[in-house]
Amino acid sequence: MIEKAVPALRVEDVHKSYGSHDVLRGISLKAQRGDVISIIGSSGAGKSTFLRCINFLEIPDRGRFVINGEEVEMRSRADGRTHPANWRQIERLRTGLGMVFQSFNLWAHMTVLQNVIEAPVHVLKMGRRQATERAEALLAKVGLYDKRHAYPAFLSGGQQQRAAIARALCVEPEVMLFDEPTSALDPELVGEVLKVIRELAEEGRTMLLVTHEMKFARDVSSHVMFLHQGRVEEQGPPAQIFGAPISARCREFTGALSA
Amino acid sequence: MNFSWVSTYWSLLAAGAVQTVLLLVISVVFGFILAIGLALAQINGPRGLKWLARGYCTCLRGTPLLIQLWLLYYGVGSLLPLVPGLRSSFLWPVLREGFFFAAVSFTLNYAAYEAEVLRGALLAVPKGELEAARAFGMSPAQVLRRIWLPRAIRIALPTITGEVVLQLKATPLAFTVTVMDLYAVAYKVRQDTLLVYEPLMVVTVFYVFLTLLVTRAFKVVEAQVPVRR
Repeated sequence: MIEKAVPALRVEDVHKSYGSHDVLRGISLKAQRGDVISIIGSSGAGKSTFLRCINFLEIPDRGRFVINGEEVEMRSRADGRTHPANWRQIERLRTGLGMVFQSFNLWAHMTVLQNVIEAPVHVLKMGRRQATERAEALLAKVGLYDKRHAYPAFLSGGQQQRAAIARALCVEPEVMLFDEPTSALDPELVGEVLKVIRELAEEGRTMLLVTHEMKFARDVSSHVMFLHQGRVEEQGPPAQIFGAPISARCREFTGALSA
Repeated sequence: MNFSWVSTYWSLLAAGAVQTVLLLVISVVFGFILAIGLALAQINGPRGLKWLARGYCTCLRGTPLLIQLWLLYYGVGSLLPLVPGLRSSFLWPVLREGFFFAAVSFTLNYAAYEAEVLRGALLAVPKGELEAARAFGMSPAQVLRRIWLPRAIRIALPTITGEVVLQLKATPLAFTVTVMDLYAVAYKVRQDTLLVYEPLMVVTVFYVFLTLLVTRAFKVVEAQVPVRR
């Protein structure tokens, strides 16, 4: 067997609970470079929590995380849980994970361009001019060059989300994390955002995509994970998950949505 | 109505206005810096610090500014000369002045009010924007400096404008500890000329003008980030 390059992301056995409620009950994932992995499942299945555990916006109770070949240092605690040991490391690794949120979360006191160059300039310490050049190219790519000096409040939801995608791209992340990027959008604005994400997938970017857009997931994914009650109920190529799922629950879920 | 005295007292009025503006600027600037610490301590601080900050705000907002000023001036002020070496130090010319005590007590008082305003504004910044900042690798200090605080200050700006105007109108209390501010000048003119209303009317115009200046300045700052209504 040919030895593969270091995976962009490897996550093993992630657990997370809120009080007595187990949200994640041992989820693992491996993303090779260029993989587009869609994570689907009904509400409360743990999709977003899982995604947010990967960049430690949620602190997982247990799990092993290797991001771009570097393992996150974890420390065991007395109660058997593990905890990130080195927040500096996490801050550094986060810059390799470009996150796009459901509710955009653009910084409202900055223009679109300022939003996009913020992390490159202040976190990656890139020169302002270089960052601006890169940001303007990215904004042109998502069709927002003309709006670069506008404040987020003056943009439509679709425009805000495209700006947020440009912001995530500008740090040149190893992996892009999309947390239901179209769920907060009016139906007529979903298309413009999906178009941008599709282009990124076709460029060969490594992406994790939590989504409710089943048709889209089937089209762009190289791999689909169906979560149910905090576990991976079924996973495989989109043709399997959407065409001939093995699990009854998965069949029910994808069938109900594509019907 | 007799305003002939204005030409004689013009320079004194100007000097009084400078004192008033200085007291305002000093107390607002330093008070604001203190308020940031107090607000953060109340939101994020360890329990001891949280209670300390809360107690501070309650006490300073709950007692008259005049009493705070007098406690400082007559209380602490009478203890200062007992500090060994202080009277001969280069600081003494500043420390023995009423202006110093007025500036300190106004600053401490303003900080207490502003901390409450800031606390509310900090909590009003959408969680998602802070999350985004962390997701892009910012350290807690960077999140505060680049996102949390600038956002909160913008949210609080209209309220801050009001607080600064209130602070301006608190400055005449400095008159009671020998500071020659605008009001003190009016008082002196009154004593010298035996005119009751005219000096008060003139300084009133000054105060209105300063208030307009403050609100205008804050309008300009507010306009930096347009808000969609």
